[in-house]
Amino acid sequence: MPKKNTKNPCSKTVRRRTFLKGAAVGLASFALPPAQADATFWESFFQKHFREMNEDELKSVMTRLEEEYREEYDVQFNIKATKPIDGVQYGYGLDLSRCIGCRRCVYACVGENNQSRDPQIHWISVLQFEKGHKWVNIFEEATKYYNPNEVPEEEYFYMPVQCQQCENPPCVKVCPTKATWKERDGITVVDYNWCIGCRYCMAACPYGARRFNWGKPRVSKEEYNADVHYLGNRPRYKGVVEKCTFCIQRTREEPGRYPACVEICPVGARKFGNLLDPHSEIRYCIENKRVFRLKEDLNTSPKFYYFFAT
Amino acid sequence: MVFNMLKIRSIKSAGWKRMGVYFVLSAVLIMNANLFAADDIPDYFVPPPPFSEDIFPCSDCHADMEVNETRRELDAHEDIVLKHAEGQRWCLDCHNPNDRDRLRLVSGQLISFEESYSLCGQCHGTIFRDWKAGVHGTRTGFWNGTKQYRLCVHCHNPHSPRFQPLEPLPPPIRPDDLKFTQSQGTEIPKNPLNSISKPESNHAKEKH
Repeated sequence: MPKKNTKNPCSKTVRRRTFLKGAAVGLASFALPPAQADATFWESFFQKHFREMNEDELKSVMTRLEEEYREEYDVQFNIKATKPIDGVQYGYGLDLSRCIGCRRCVYACVGENNQSRDPQIHWISVLQFEKGHKWVNIFEEATKYYNPNEVPEEEYFYMPVQCQQCENPPCVKVCPTKATWKERDGITVVDYNWCIGCRYCMAACPYGARRFNWGKPRVSKEEYNADVHYLGNRPRYKGVVEKCTFCIQRTREEPGRYPACVEICPVGARKFGNLLDPHSEIRYCIENKRVFRLKEDLNTSPKFYYFFAT
Repeated sequence: MVFNMLKIRSIKSAGWKRMGVYFVLSAVLIMNANLFAADDIPDYFVPPPPFSEDIFPCSDCHADMEVNETRRELDAHEDIVLKHAEGQRWCLDCHNPNDRDRLRLVSGQLISFEESYSLCGQCHGTIFRDWKAGVHGTRTGFWNGTKQYRLCVHCHNPHSPRFQPLEPLPPPIRPDDLKFTQSQGTEIPKNPLNSISKPESNHAKEKH
């Protein structure tokens, strides 16, 4: 082949690098929003990652979000970003010998944490196993759709599963955008403005504890809980992942309330406290009861302890 | 204990005559130790006992009635079904015959209805211990602040203590049953928890 054929038809040499640069700039101009987009658009476009924002930036972001939510939901939310309390590692205990599978916890959580009613999202799944079932870590052999007139049923036992707040969380490792991370007090959180919805974390979680907003989350106006945390129960967007945060908006206060699921449980099967406090309820459970953690062989080291009080 | 030992040492020098006196004294001390067995109850808020309406004080009716200690079918309190080791127990084992507004421990000590946990704790020692540690029973309030306990009788009917079955709240929607209702006009489902009464009592028929 003659050498001159490698040149372009216009016989003008354009280097590949130059071409790509030009193409990138040209395409980017198409991607830009229309000129009438207001300032908040740009602010949200350039919003930083939660952990990279300083106090002032965070404050202005939260004010902007409150305004956005007010426009969208007609509810005045109070967004806070309470920091972890020093010397606290949250731990959770669940007494399997008491749980009767009544699902009060599921819906207390839904109400407290503004989970979408349609499409339906539940952070807690109550699994029903047949008595004598050997391995509670095989969720496929349980059902969460049981619906008798009364619980407990004689031949079954119940095991609620929610985020286990792993010390070594696989979901955090796989996140390509670092939109989910473990906080200093042991709670794994999600920045809903940073999540791109790839659902790698859902695939990585061995407990099936994460939920995806397949559609725009819908909650009726009067059922919104307006007391929200940036990393917890603030309204979510379509296409982001969410999960249990041990009610971060309640438990990080001083004094901190119990999580909603702990307060509602009619049989008192749910226990919560500071793992670093030797006098806490959770430490009493660990030291005096038969305790296990789900799927311990995976080395995720959950801070959620199942126990048998009797 | 140390106090008692001191007493015993002094007995040796004081002679046998005083022995009786010291014996009585130490007996009183031991009894006191029993009296304050519930001393380690944390000073947390406990809501008042869940009496049925207009039933307390019991002395309103019982003050003028003669005490009948024979086990029998009662003419009153028909709603109470004793299903709590009923072969070994009768009303007056726990309810004090002479002052009906108080309960009675095996030791003969009288306690108020607000302290009924001591009565339950006589037999259910391990559960009592867990309750004091905050591990048996529902706890509300603040995990690092003031907490609210409930009495045993808030969840267990003392005459028939087995926890009553509950109606479960609805199961999650199966993926197969999902309908695409994501249009603006459709009504958003309500949280089913809001339609049940709060707080729920687990006493099936009667309350106390």
